[in-house]
Amino acid sequence: MKHIKTLSTRNLQQSVKEGGCGECQTSCQSACKTSCTVGNQTCEHAK
Amino acid sequence: MVYLYKNNGYNMCLDVNSGSVHVLDDISYDVLSLMNGGKKDEEITEALKEKYDAAEVSETIGEIRALKAEGALFSEDPYRPYIDHYSARPTVVKALCLQIAHDCNLACRYCFADEGEYHGKRGLMSYEVGKKALDFVIKNSGSRRNLEVDFFGGEPTMNWQVVKDLVAYGRSQEKEHNKRFRFTLTTNGVLLNDEIMDFCDKEMELVVMSVDGRKEVHDHMRPFRNGKGSFGLVIPKFQKWAERRHQDRYYVRGTYTHYNLDFAKDVLAMADLGFKQISIEPVVAPPTEDYAIREEDVPVLCEQYDILAKEVIKRAKEGRGFNFYHFMIDLSGGPCVYKRLSGCGAGGEYLAVSPWGDFYPCHQFDGNEEFIIGNVDEGVTRPDLVEAFKKINVYSREECTNCFARFYCSGGCAANSWNFTHSINSTYRIGCELQRKRIECALMIKAALADSDGDTRMKIDGDRAINGEKDKGVDHSSYASAGDCEACEIPAERC
Repeated sequence: MKHIKTLSTRNLQQSVKEGGCGECQTSCQSACKTSCTVGNQTCEHAK
Repeated sequence: MVYLYKNNGYNMCLDVNSGSVHVLDDISYDVLSLMNGGKKDEEITEALKEKYDAAEVSETIGEIRALKAEGALFSEDPYRPYIDHYSARPTVVKALCLQIAHDCNLACRYCFADEGEYHGKRGLMSYEVGKKALDFVIKNSGSRRNLEVDFFGGEPTMNWQVVKDLVAYGRSQEKEHNKRFRFTLTTNGVLLNDEIMDFCDKEMELVVMSVDGRKEVHDHMRPFRNGKGSFGLVIPKFQKWAERRHQDRYYVRGTYTHYNLDFAKDVLAMADLGFKQISIEPVVAPPTEDYAIREEDVPVLCEQYDILAKEVIKRAKEGRGFNFYHFMIDLSGGPCVYKRLSGCGAGGEYLAVSPWGDFYPCHQFDGNEEFIIGNVDEGVTRPDLVEAFKKINVYSREECTNCFARFYCSGGCAANSWNFTHSINSTYRIGCELQRKRIECALMIKAALADSDGDTRMKIDGDRAINGEKDKGVDHSSYASAGDCEACEIPAERC
């Protein structure tokens, strides 16, 4: 596209079908003890 | 919901429900802003006729329509029906924060535990209590294989033998129960020595080293009980440890307060000390404390995040980049929507265990007896509390309804909410504002680094943005944590 560049992202709507396994890291177990930053966690299946 | 903002010269767009991130030129930013405000095509053309050529506007509208058709703009929120089903699933416990020592050899001014004094209730966790906690998580983790146990405190190295014994016990149970323990340790470094490093490098998935940044800031907030600063003692050990761990699987983590609102300097001070994995978070404290973050501090702090974001980009381009934890958004391999909806799992899949074996929803509730959920002997004794925490999600918090950041913070921290509103299902406004700013910066950084060669081609589908000349179809999986991607030898953030 000429005017809009799109960064590649995980399709959230697709993840409804394939997600929810619960094997990923709990956010407060990493370097995040007060901020509940969930968006930067990595999906266990994407490793 | 479409969220538009400008940052560091970039026109950014987040399509909240699909998670799509777009970088716009000026005309598409203006057109999309009008469209987002409900304007029709002819109204947009009329409004912009003095500024842009009509054919260009028409072309831009066409691009926006194409993205909408692909579900990458103006996408609907289809997730709400799923949350009830997800919340109703059986409770499994997969993560424990073991308060292995309610004692500390420092007296940090902002310590949630009364400067390490624990309001007179100091204590060390016994091996027996810790063993029962591990047995509890094994028994209650259902089909989850990966179990996380964080040795926290106080200062866990003050009860080091028990840490080692519990790791040994956990390992001894893995095969029989088909579980894998991922141990982590948070330490202030005072007692750190080669033996502890050796053990942790073998057994700990992640170590967190507590550092607040510049020497004067660190020493002011993290003194010994005699008032002397701890910077000089711990930093050389932490530098050595970071190198031993190949600058991976650790964080230097600090807390900023009202007394160092220019905290970007503290992050950069840590980077200048050679640390590559850095996290600094705002203190959470009642407004009565002199060091608490105040409403009027927020604009200053937001500016600091902007300064830091520019420096992150600059250093990455110069080949001396570092990771700032709260700017690390994994766009292509990030969490599924269930994780984004349901948050940290406190009170359900995540529990904190006191030295005496009481369960709390998380470490931040430690000591607040009305939140004791159970104990290692009886298990869960307050199923009502478990249910209350399980029902916390993005949709249960009214303030999140119109927030673009809701799928990145999952509605925020329940403990912060409790501290400031006396409800676990509300939000902490200052925290929200800072969280939104961090996410804005994080997305902008992604755009800036993808754009850094000036010849960047983006693609809409697939695993990652293609960096034109440098994409050779190689496996970039090695960049998952830090440093340069081994496959393409460019900084991880860029590949």
